[in-house]
Amino acid sequence: MKITINGKNQELDIAPEVPLLWALRDHLQLTGTKFGCGKGLCGACTVHLNGTPVRSCQTPVSAAAGKEVLTIEGLSVDASHPVQVAWKEHNVPQCGYCQSGQIMSAVALLERTPTPSDVEIDSAMSGNICRCGTYTRIRTAIKQASGQAGEEQA
Amino acid sequence: MSTICKISRRRFLALTGVSASGMVLMGSVTGSALAGVLDTPQGSTLNLFVSVNADGVVEIIAHRSEMGTGIRTSLPQIVADEMEADWSRVKVIQGLANADYGSQNTDGSRSVRDFYQIMRQMGAAARASLELAAANRWSASISDVAASNHQIIHRDGRRLDFGELAADAAELPLPDMAQLPLKESKDFRYIGKDIPIVDLQDMCTGNTTYGIDVRIPGMLFASIERTPVLQGKVISFDKDAALKAPGVVDVIKIKGQPLPSMFHALEGVAVLATDSYSALKAREQLNISWDRGTHATHNSNVYLEELAAKVSAGPGKVARERGDTDAALGKATKIVEATYLAPYLAHASMEPPVATAHLHDGICEIWACTQTPQKTQQTVAATLGMDEKAVTVHVTLLGGGFGRKSKPDFSVEAALLARETGRPVQVTWTREDDIRHDYFHSCSAQYYKGGLDERGELIAWLAREATPPILSIFQAGANMQDDASLSQSFGSIPFAVANLRLESHEADAHVRIGWMRSVFNIPYVFGIGSFMDELAHAAGKDPRDFWLETIGADRELEFDEEGFRFTNYGRSLADFPYATRRLKGVITQLTDTLPWGEALPEGQGWGLCAARSFLSYVAVATRVEVKDGRLRVMEMHCMMDAGTVVNPDRVHAQMEGAMIFGLSLALMGEIEFKEGEPVQSNFHDYPVARLNQVPPMVKTHIVASDAPASGVGEPGVPPVAPSIANAIFAATGQRIREFPFNKVFSV
Ligand code: FES
Ligand code: FES
Repeated sequence: MKITINGKNQELDIAPEVPLLWALRDHLQLTGTKFGCGKGLCGACTVHLNGTPVRSCQTPVSAAAGKEVLTIEGLSVDASHPVQVAWKEHNVPQCGYCQSGQIMSAVALLERTPTPSDVEIDSAMSGNICRCGTYTRIRTAIKQASGQAGEEQA
Repeated sequence: MSTICKISRRRFLALTGVSASGMVLMGSVTGSALAGVLDTPQGSTLNLFVSVNADGVVEIIAHRSEMGTGIRTSLPQIVADEMEADWSRVKVIQGLANADYGSQNTDGSRSVRDFYQIMRQMGAAARASLELAAANRWSASISDVAASNHQIIHRDGRRLDFGELAADAAELPLPDMAQLPLKESKDFRYIGKDIPIVDLQDMCTGNTTYGIDVRIPGMLFASIERTPVLQGKVISFDKDAALKAPGVVDVIKIKGQPLPSMFHALEGVAVLATDSYSALKAREQLNISWDRGTHATHNSNVYLEELAAKVSAGPGKVARERGDTDAALGKATKIVEATYLAPYLAHASMEPPVATAHLHDGICEIWACTQTPQKTQQTVAATLGMDEKAVTVHVTLLGGGFGRKSKPDFSVEAALLARETGRPVQVTWTREDDIRHDYFHSCSAQYYKGGLDERGELIAWLAREATPPILSIFQAGANMQDDASLSQSFGSIPFAVANLRLESHEADAHVRIGWMRSVFNIPYVFGIGSFMDELAHAAGKDPRDFWLETIGADRELEFDEEGFRFTNYGRSLADFPYATRRLKGVITQLTDTLPWGEALPEGQGWGLCAARSFLSYVAVATRVEVKDGRLRVMEMHCMMDAGTVVNPDRVHAQMEGAMIFGLSLALMGEIEFKEGEPVQSNFHDYPVARLNQVPPMVKTHIVASDAPASGVGEPGVPPVAPSIANAIFAATGQRIREFPFNKVFSV
């Protein structure tokens, strides 16, 4: 099976039903994508498949064959993506564990909707759980990354 | 007692596994300063290390686990400030589990408060040594040189980098600590400043190693099916079916241990495979038949009703008494009575428990997301029958902990399987494993009866509680709360009421009970904070005014004469008094930031609650709206007095997190047991707050204070649920005496 991951062609010899999450983590050593629930409930495993955010725990690796996968490792090596910059600016992470998924969801949101409203942010990001409760900063960071900095939430 | 000394680079290497090329300082804290709430034996020692290398890099060993509090940043921040180091040249290294560090347990919100002073002294000692080395080099008087931003500068303008002086400084005797001046707070360079956490960049790029990210060559991935009920036993299982599945290398039964649960591995069957997915799939083939044992009768709803009946029916064992409560209740103009219930909860840290073990060359190495590296070391050593020194624990980053990861049971599992297979083994808990096999936060029933006089003043307070104790995991059959547990608000109520009596009832444990972020303060502050609000309304008073009046005059509380041994989170009342002034302070300062008392639209209300826990004082106010059976929390505000604050940004972050943690449990948190088994299993039926449930406004404030630093990770949580219940009452007139509130409203 051929998959492009973070711009690199990868050959994978595993069963087609193996979830992309485990293919990334166990077979390709890309551990930036996290396991949180295994049931599509928490968003920790979010990656982009041809630009669309998907829950890699619910995506069989076969569904990624011939497609482009983007993981947190491929977003930028130096945290220079505007979303990562905003994340650092607002010191979003606490334990950090959910943040790969949060950042990937936020990046996808902004690619679709460059200046999202509060409601759009809430609905795009509500599939990503942060047990540490960094939510208010996530909102602020997304606002900043979308050039809406300084606008108070209603 | 604390002492600081210089040690050789060789000894440093032996102690820490880190090589240094200059001066190394070791600080030791001994004795009662360390006696914490839960687990630190009196008389233990803690050693801390700072080294200055020839290239000028300052290395500070963080002996605490990073689970999201920023402690890997805050503690080094204190050292760097006193030593006038340039933060960009400070490297933070995670310490191994090592008896020479003393206790490394990260719980009880005590990292900063326990180590603030010694960290400052370490920094000051390093600075003084470097200054002396420079003065010697220049044959100058010590009063002509001073450290500033990683250099020692002479009055005449000459300067030397720390690195150029490190070797000289190593040879000098340590300065007299008693004579060593510490900075004044106005001169702080880093303390009190928002230093970004050291792991920030890596957390934003996925370049981090949590427990689950550890990869050891040749490692097997294990998934374990564990007993569904406490003390259940495997009767039979289909080993061959699982063994035949692709990728599977071995199938191993793990034998459970009799009660008490301690930190033993649970009875179960492990599937070991070459990758996670194969292990998970094959586990479905095990087809285990269980002997479910005696705890399979536990039904939590029925049990809570029993506890509720018990506390409201009759007297228990008196824990604290003042005046004549029964007589006062007999004379009261108004009597208020209420029973409150709190359910079991699961921690559900975002990263489940994961541990990796490798036995080789007579030693056992563990890599784990643990809050308690030494407990892990001791427990693994005891389980394997090895010497403690032969067990090395590498602490990874923790994807949240909240108390769950202070129990080393998951490392024990990995160690047992690694021994059995002779290969490195990683045990990953699924979310279902995590929720179904937690050390659960305990359920609790409380009954309160209060008497008001004709002026609406509180004259009597009777309270009874029944709560399966944490003690039960250490002592089979323990069924009463101990002093340390009752000291978490139930026993330490700060009210100036002439008559009070607090009682405890027995409550048997049928599940593994553990501590979770703010521990028993959660149920007890829910009871106390809700009941205060009920009393205020019965008295016809504004709840804020009633809180202030009932807390009463400024004073420092004493408990001994009322028969209660208040454990004060392991610290003396002399060092950390219970000051009613500070509790009232957070209430008034918080409500002053709000339009408190102003009329709100129909269906909206404000609720307030305050509590002291982990030596810090917190008030929380929330505004809710209830419309067509739907509850929406619109605003949450929190004021915390935690004494000296090292990194305000991280303290705000902890408070924000605590508001959300409290919101989750108040709205949706509940683990039920039916026939001994938890009903919930993943985030669909054990929901935690998501972004769309978080109020648009979550505001946190820190009281400016130079009192000793107290806890910040936990104290924000307890007042949240009662503040919401009180707001619901203000909005609707409906009193909710049980959480989660989604039993009554849609959330
Ligand atoms: S791990 Fe995929 S959504 Fe939770
Ligand atoms: S930062 Fe810890 S779960 Fe989000």
